Order: sequence, then structure tokens, then C-alpha cells
Amino acid sequence: MYRYNEFDEAFVRSRVAQFRGQVERRIDGSLTEDEFRPLRLMNGLYLQLHAYMLRVAIPYGTLRVDQMRRLADIAERWDRGYGHFTTRQNIQFNWPRLKDVPDILDALADVGMHAIQTSGNCVRNVTADHFAAAAADEIADPRPIAELLREWSTDHPEFQFLPRKFKIAITGSPNDRAVTKAHDIGLRMVRNEAGEPGFEVLVGGGLGRTPMLAQVIRDFLPQADLLPYIEAILGAYNLKGRRDNKYKARIKITVFENGLDAFKADVEERFARLRSQWSGADQEVLKEIEAQFVPPAFRNVPVDEFEAFRAGNAVFRAWADTNLHPHKVDGYAIVSISLKKHGDTPGDATAHQMRVMADLAERYGHGELRVSHEQNIILPHVHKSDLPAVWASLREADLATANIGLVSDIIACPGMDYCALATARSIPIAQQIAMRFEEMQVEHEVGPLKIKISGCINACGHHHVGHIGILGLDRAGVENYQVTLGGDGTETAAIGEKMGPGFPAEEIVGAVERLVLGYLEIRRDAEETFLETFRRVGPEPFKGFLYGTEETADAA
Amino acid sequence: MSIIVTDTGFATDDFPGVVRPLAEIAEVQEGDGVEIGPADDPRVLVGVLGQVALIRVRFPAFNDGRGFSHARDLRSFGFTGRLRAVGHVLADQYAMARRVGFDEVEIDEALAARQPEAQWLARADWRENWYQARLRA
Repeated sequence: MYRYNEFDEAFVRSRVAQFRGQVERRIDGSLTEDEFRPLRLMNGLYLQLHAYMLRVAIPYGTLRVDQMRRLADIAERWDRGYGHFTTRQNIQFNWPRLKDVPDILDALADVGMHAIQTSGNCVRNVTADHFAAAAADEIADPRPIAELLREWSTDHPEFQFLPRKFKIAITGSPNDRAVTKAHDIGLRMVRNEAGEPGFEVLVGGGLGRTPMLAQVIRDFLPQADLLPYIEAILGAYNLKGRRDNKYKARIKITVFENGLDAFKADVEERFARLRSQWSGADQEVLKEIEAQFVPPAFRNVPVDEFEAFRAGNAVFRAWADTNLHPHKVDGYAIVSISLKKHGDTPGDATAHQMRVMADLAERYGHGELRVSHEQNIILPHVHKSDLPAVWASLREADLATANIGLVSDIIACPGMDYCALATARSIPIAQQIAMRFEEMQVEHEVGPLKIKISGCINACGHHHVGHIGILGLDRAGVENYQVTLGGDGTETAAIGEKMGPGFPAEEIVGAVERLVLGYLEIRRDAEETFLETFRRVGPEPFKGFLYGTEETADAA
Repeated sequence: MSIIVTDTGFATDDFPGVVRPLAEIAEVQEGDGVEIGPADDPRVLVGVLGQVALIRVRFPAFNDGRGFSHARDLRSFGFTGRLRAVGHVLADQYAMARRVGFDEVEIDEALAARQPEAQWLARADWRENWYQARLRA
């Protein structure tokens, strides 16, 4: 895994010193609040509903053991003993004090971490497949490229004051677990006919109030052209993106209003002009980065004990069936640790839980952890013979919920419990849905189903790409929850379709229950997932389940 | 009076020529300056860059980053004269301005009073800790 070199170390220390100075200059009046705001934002510090919130970057969702332990220390020393893992593979601390923030940033720098560009109108933390370098279906490890992009985007002088925030995601697998089509730039690692590595480049995706799927701007970009090409896209966007209306400022609107062809022409002109400024030094840096992502020393030992334990323990079996994914190495599994215990806040982990996960990664997981955009923690490399022990430790720490990919594995934004922008609560709705299905004991029968909840139109909970999406709005002072169906964030990406009128808070859980039970009635067989059924029969039967009109119910 | 900020600190404006708005581009003489704003297209200057001695790129608001791309573009078109960022530019943005190709920043007295020379000199080390230079080399 990546460790800071001297350059990274010097950079991040100087950046902390600058921010310490900026905090002091805000206090002495050198900086106005308006001027300080973007400076604190580009260092990850938000002002929320009740307090400051510090968002710490976890580049491409990859964490070492010492880094996870440091997050636990920060949660205990400077926050309230917990942290919140986010849909962009970051972690948020909800209660830091302004005066402590420079010290927190120094503590992060000690383990090669920072909070740079986790906010603000700049290139944000680059996200990647959370199963990178472990998944059986992978073509190439996206993390070295993601690290190269991290270095390139960090403190980029041209792109710190873009029209709006800018998000890049990368996947090295044909099965898209990084939601690349919903990003400002999505990168899919591919090979051309000659077998050379490169990228399919997508541009202009995004959720928010105007959801759009990204379009292909280059179907094959050679690897060495990546940074100049991305820079050309950013340059074109910096100049053409709208600055008159915050809600029309994302690149998806720029591409939509100018048309892909005109935007592409602009990008290609810039690329042709600026390409010669790149000598190839970036490819040398990439080689150094790649050398740091060597695979761990995998063990080759029998898995009989795992099979025997699995056969004899139904609770373990249920967990193993949902929370393990196929690893590319025989005898290994990818473990997803659910941060979605029924009734708890999705994505939250206590300092104790963080330490337990770090200990398990150290002892059984080749020292590596990941954060998924679905707000769970991954141990990417665990030998199956160790799974019974891992599971036992997880159970003791309340971390063995067997619900990955199921109804209660819900993405929810912080909503009105924390966020100043929210128009409705998200977390309590997620908690109630999870509890309802826990009581009904049908989750495993229902199978794969992604519910995603946003507490306002900005769509941080990704509701547009939820199989069931829930959007909390404010209707004359009353929370109202709109339902969308059929969304999909994978390689078969789709924006969910809006159903009819929304539901008040006390009715939305029942509405979701009717949708799910209705699906069980009409699915072709147990193999047909909720999304497949929706795609086969269309929205009408589901509207019937939601609103109870006989005509549509009959159509099923 | 406005203040010119460079790596050596504050100074007064010593540009001797006329500075013309972009609308007067047809009248540009050898040694003149030209001024552009964020919404202007610097490509229209390509034909006269050899004569122009100074380009002032206006920053009406510090959070409008278009001027940074204009600077990079003007340099890529081959402009080698004085390139100046003018207006609401913060000391915290000085390194960014230098890195994209500006030679200097012009600020007014009120901003200079609020963000005195020392705060700008603190970023005169803009060649340090510069990821993009390391990657482009």
C-alpha cells in the first residue's frame, strides 16, 4: 500500500502549517469569513447545523492498520468517540472544535493522511472500486492510477476555484462498483486491441437535482495521456462551466448545454496544445507508485476448517453467504464488515470498533482495510481458514450483521440530524426500515436490494441510483418522502423513475414494505432480483403496491 | 494607489505603457498593455502577443478561478511578456498565480492593509511542494 515519500510528507506538513496560519489570520481579521470559507473548505472543514465537521480523505478508500487506529484516536481525543464513513469513501468527524483542527491535521499527517480537497470547488478525493486488487473479476488494480490522480489534483493551481466541486471515480473491473457513470469524470481501465493499457473516459455524470449519466468522451485514451487529458477536461470546464447559478454549475450541465461534441472539441483542442508540456515524468512517478502496490504474500493452506465450521453453524453461514465476495486467489475471500446494524446510524463506527477492525486487518488481513462507497468496511484479503475467528471477533464488537447488499444495507446521507442543507431526516428513516425488515425476517428471502436515502434534493444519499430511492423533502414544514424505483449505479447504470405523490415520515416505512412484499409476489422466481423484476414489468405494478389502485395491481 | 506584489514583496507599478481594454485590440502598439476579464477569450490576442508587453488579467472575485486558466493558456500561446493578476486575489492564492504563469499580482490598498506584505512573502516559496511540476517536469 502507498506510503508517503519525502515529497508527500513535506507537502502535507507545509499545508497543515498554512492552515494553522489561516485559522490565526481568520481570528486576527486578515481574512474575512467569506475569504476564510473556501480555504477551510479545501482543508475539509465544514460548518454544519450544530458544529464544525471535519471530513478526512481516505484516498481511493484504502486504509492501513496504523491509519485506522489513528482515526480511532482522533474520534476519542477530539470528537465524541465515533466517526462516520461516507459515500465518497471518506470519514467525517461531526464535533471538532475549530481551534483543535490544526492539531487533528498534524495527527493525520503523522500517518500519511490529510483532509485536503474533501470539500470546496476543487477536485475531490478520487474514489475507486473498494474490492481493488482482490476481486476475482478485475482486469487491473485502479489504485496506482488513483494515487497518481491524487497527487496531480492536490493543490492544482489552476483548479482550486472551479465553478463547482469535481469528482472522479475509477474502476479496473467490468463490474462497476465505483458508480463511475454518476461522476464528473468516470474512468474505466481497458486494453486496446494491441493489448495496451488505457481508459474509457466518461464525462458529465452526476446526481443532485439534475441527475445525468456520464457519456463517453474517449473510448480509448492511452495511459500516458491520462493527466494531460484530464487537465484539458478541467480547463475546458473551468472556463465554460456556469458561475451564475450554483445549481447549474456542475460539468454535467456544461456538457448538456454545450452538447458533447462541442465540449469534446474544446477538450481536444486544449489537449493537443498542452500535451507537449508533459515530458513523461508522470509515468516515472506512476512506476514508483505501482511498486508500492505489490500484492501481499498470500498463503496456500487448506480451507477444510472453514467448510466444516460453515456447515455446522447456521449463523456463521448466513453471514458468510452475504458478507463474503469471491477473491482472485484460491482460498481467500473478501470480507465486508457491515456498518449497518439494524437500528444504528448507517456508516458510523465507534473508536472501539475501528480498533477491532484494525486489529483484524493486522492479524488476518495482510494489514489492509477499505471503505466502500456503500459505507461499509472491507477486509480485502482474508484466508478462509481465518474466517471463523474473524467472525467471532466481529460479533463481540457488534460488527457481524449479515446484511451486505440486502434491504437493511442502506445508504443514507446525514440528513437533518447533522446537515444544514437537509430538508428532511434520513438516518431515522433508514433505521426504521432496517428494524421493520429485521422484525419480518425476510431480508435473506428478498435478496439483493439497494435502498438509498437522501434528505434533500442534493442527493448525497445517491437515491437516484437506488433500486428503491427515497428523497426527503419539506412540504409546507412537513417532511415528505418521494419514491424512485429502478435506479442502478453499476455498469448497467440507470436513473430511478419517480413514482407518484410522496409519503409522510410515518408512512414511508410501510410504503417500502408494500413494495418489497409486492415484489415477492410477482417475481418470476427466487433468482429474479427486485431490479430485474422492475425492469421486466415496469413501474405500474409497483405504483399499485404503493398507492393501492386496483387497476395497476391487476396488471401484475 | 495599487500595489504590485512579486516574490520580493510590495512595490509600486512601474509599467510605463498604455493599458488598453480588449475592445481596442486593433489599436495595440508595440509595448502596450492589454486587459482581459474572466469571460473574455484570450485566443483573440494570439495575433498581437508579440507586441504586447503586459497583460492584466482581472479577478473581480477571488473565487472565480477562470483567470488561472487564462494565464496558463496565454503562456501556452507563447506569450513571454509580463503577466499580471489584478483585483481580488488573496495572499493564499499567490502560489497558485505564480504556478500558472503570472509574474505578479496587483492589489488595492485596502487589501494590502488587511493582508500585509509578510502574508504574501510567506508564499514566495511557491516552487516548493509543487506536485504538478514534479509530474510534468
